[in-house]
Amino acid sequence: MTTEFKIVEEPKKPLSMHPKKFAMWIFVATVGMLFAALTSAYIVRQAEGNWLYFNLPTLLNWTTAVILLSSVSMQLAYWSAKKDLLDRVKLWISVTMVLGLVFLVGQFLAWQDLVAHNVYFVGNPSGSFLYVITGLHGLHIISAIIYLVIVMVSAYRFKIHSRSLAQIEMCATYWHFLGGLWLYLFIFLILNR
Amino acid sequence: MATVDIHTQADVHHHDDHDHEHHHGNFWTNYIFCQDHKVIAKQFLITGMFWALIGGTMSVLFRLQLGFPEASIEWLRPVLGGWITPEGKLDTEFYLALVTMHGTIMVFFVLTAGLSGTFSNFLIPLQVGARDMASGFMNMLSYWFFFLSSVIMFVSIFISTGPASGGWTIYPPLSALPQAMSGSGLGMTLWLVSMALFIVSSLLGGINYITTVINMRTKGMSFSRLPLTVWAFFFTAIIGVLSFPVLFAAALLLIFDRSFGTSFYLSDIYINGEALPNQGGSPVLFQHLFWFLGHPEVYIVILPSLGITSEIIATNSRKPIFGYKAMVGSILFITILSFVVWAHHMFVTGMNPFLGSIFTLLTLIIAVPSAVKIFNYVTTLWKGNIIFTPAMLFSIGLVSFFLSGGITGIFLGNSAVDIQLHDTYFVVAHFHLVMGSASFFGMLAGVYHWFPKMFGRMMDDRLGKIHFWITFIGVYLVFFPMHYIGIAGFPRRYYSWTNFELFNSFADLNMLVSTAAILTLSAQFIFLFNFFYSIFRGKVAPANPWKSNSLEWTTPRHPGHGNWPGEIPTVYRWPYDYSKPGAKDDYIPQTVPYSETPESNLPHENDLIKLEMEDSGAIVVEDKKH
Repeated sequence: MTTEFKIVEEPKKPLSMHPKKFAMWIFVATVGMLFAALTSAYIVRQAEGNWLYFNLPTLLNWTTAVILLSSVSMQLAYWSAKKDLLDRVKLWISVTMVLGLVFLVGQFLAWQDLVAHNVYFVGNPSGSFLYVITGLHGLHIISAIIYLVIVMVSAYRFKIHSRSLAQIEMCATYWHFLGGLWLYLFIFLILNR
Repeated sequence: MATVDIHTQADVHHHDDHDHEHHHGNFWTNYIFCQDHKVIAKQFLITGMFWALIGGTMSVLFRLQLGFPEASIEWLRPVLGGWITPEGKLDTEFYLALVTMHGTIMVFFVLTAGLSGTFSNFLIPLQVGARDMASGFMNMLSYWFFFLSSVIMFVSIFISTGPASGGWTIYPPLSALPQAMSGSGLGMTLWLVSMALFIVSSLLGGINYITTVINMRTKGMSFSRLPLTVWAFFFTAIIGVLSFPVLFAAALLLIFDRSFGTSFYLSDIYINGEALPNQGGSPVLFQHLFWFLGHPEVYIVILPSLGITSEIIATNSRKPIFGYKAMVGSILFITILSFVVWAHHMFVTGMNPFLGSIFTLLTLIIAVPSAVKIFNYVTTLWKGNIIFTPAMLFSIGLVSFFLSGGITGIFLGNSAVDIQLHDTYFVVAHFHLVMGSASFFGMLAGVYHWFPKMFGRMMDDRLGKIHFWITFIGVYLVFFPMHYIGIAGFPRRYYSWTNFELFNSFADLNMLVSTAAILTLSAQFIFLFNFFYSIFRGKVAPANPWKSNSLEWTTPRHPGHGNWPGEIPTVYRWPYDYSKPGAKDDYIPQTVPYSETPESNLPHENDLIKLEMEDSGAIVVEDKKH
């Protein structure tokens, strides 16, 4: 316990942040760059003409609403952890997970909708881009759901509480980012068809 | 109910209190799946050296064809087997494969993973004063992803259809259609898989480097006291983190085109009179995506070497680095510019001439920070007490290459001049000098300089100097004549030029280039011998063999996992206090407080003594400055 005491006395290091939280932000930046590349490729390709125009499935409006809702529940989970309300943490993480899965199912049904309107993965790049962008985003959502499972396990082991928030905070960062990313992609797709 | 038995360990990182120096483990955890940044650095170094040897040998193979087109290379049949034609010549498709793999291996596996992987891993924690990287586990994963990627790339060399052959830039449609050439079949698939893994490795490494530099610095190690090596590694990692995802996107779309029948890059292609179903793609789109990584990539390759050179030149000139802030500023400026010049690789793709002139302007601006760096190197050397260690020689060699190769960049950056020079040997000469040889010299300089810290022994000085002179002269003999061949219009990647009357007069020049290439490659074996011999039999290294200021030399001869046996040292000054007037020695390590050096302090440094006493010196000092 003496060592514990010493730490309080030590001067702070300059500009120190939690390294892992910081790493999460950089990871978020790399994912951002991946989609920035795809959307710029989309614009460059579209400018060259021979572009198939079609309407986005209306289902995407609903999945957008779902992902925004899931961000709210994620934030509620984080706030509950901050107040040491562990049961609420588990509840809101489960809600977030379910909403994430609903989003994925919605995206998949939207793909079927596209196929029904003769927009295929193989064909005009305009359709292929839509599949690639939504598919890659979906993959990231899957990774975030796996992350939620890990956070859930930690919650059951009492490792998440007001003095140990790093994990759930990082998870919330990632989840909010993916929600924001989808919003960007959705608006981008609406504006550039 | 909610507060049952909650562990109350604080969320702070108490790395300092862990007892790291007594870290025992078995062979597997100590040497193979090790999370210690120093072991991972050595793993990257050895793998990088292995690849450099393969990449170098490949270059000599195709130089044999270019320099001695009439000669029979039947004697290589035991090694190359079916790749030698019945007439005793190099197979034409295999020639293209060699060129492609040489580029890929050297750019990515040697000068990205081998260079950044080695020195960012080794030096960042040691020089900023950290026990290890922010995440040792991610760091280990970074190496093993690189290893897996290496294995796949290595396997691709031995498959019957040959490795990827469309050039290291893998432009579609050549790389997208298996019918185009034998190398675009399985070899190309393996190339893409390998590079995808490589990108994962680079990103894991880069995230770690950035996080460590920003968050894991020891007390007193403000940004203005970071060695220039760390600054360079830091910006390199930022470039990598921002540009590699774009290559991933480009490769992903290419994978879809190759294997799933999409048409991102393919359109209006006829094979044997039959139209392919792909419609609406654009091959230029690939070039945009590729070069958005590809150009920053050349700075990923050169910046770490420039950082290493800054450190070595200052140490061995026994002088403070000239223009520390200008050095940092120029790295930053290069980093920013690296993202807005990619289209100068695409001047002849039929782009809008107005756009071409914008990219010309942006490209030429890069000459400014580059020149700042060269002038600062020269002014640091000026009137210094220069000690010509092998590391110093290689660093000076880097400055020479960076200058002579950089000059030709000004020609190539002009969209009008580029019409004549594009894809000729002039380009080959340019980038091999400015980025290939220069950063290779930086890597060698780094190995010579930090070998005592890596292995606790010294490398042989005389062998190092012989290695330097042969390599230095050899490199100029290889690449200088290429400028003439290039201006004459000889295109790169051509298997044979003897059919053209025009180029016959360059036969002797090509022969010279090839001979010099063989000489340069053989000189590397001196280095390999020196390296491996010194690991086991070298002279035992003193604690601070180069009388250097930075933190890594305050560790024991064999630093354990955790680097410093006791507390991490506190930093009181910048790392370039060499030959300070009034000081006892010609160097003052970063760990010496100003209160202990009243004889050499400048007036404003005397003011800092009071703050040191308050035991929270560093951060207050920083606040005062702003």
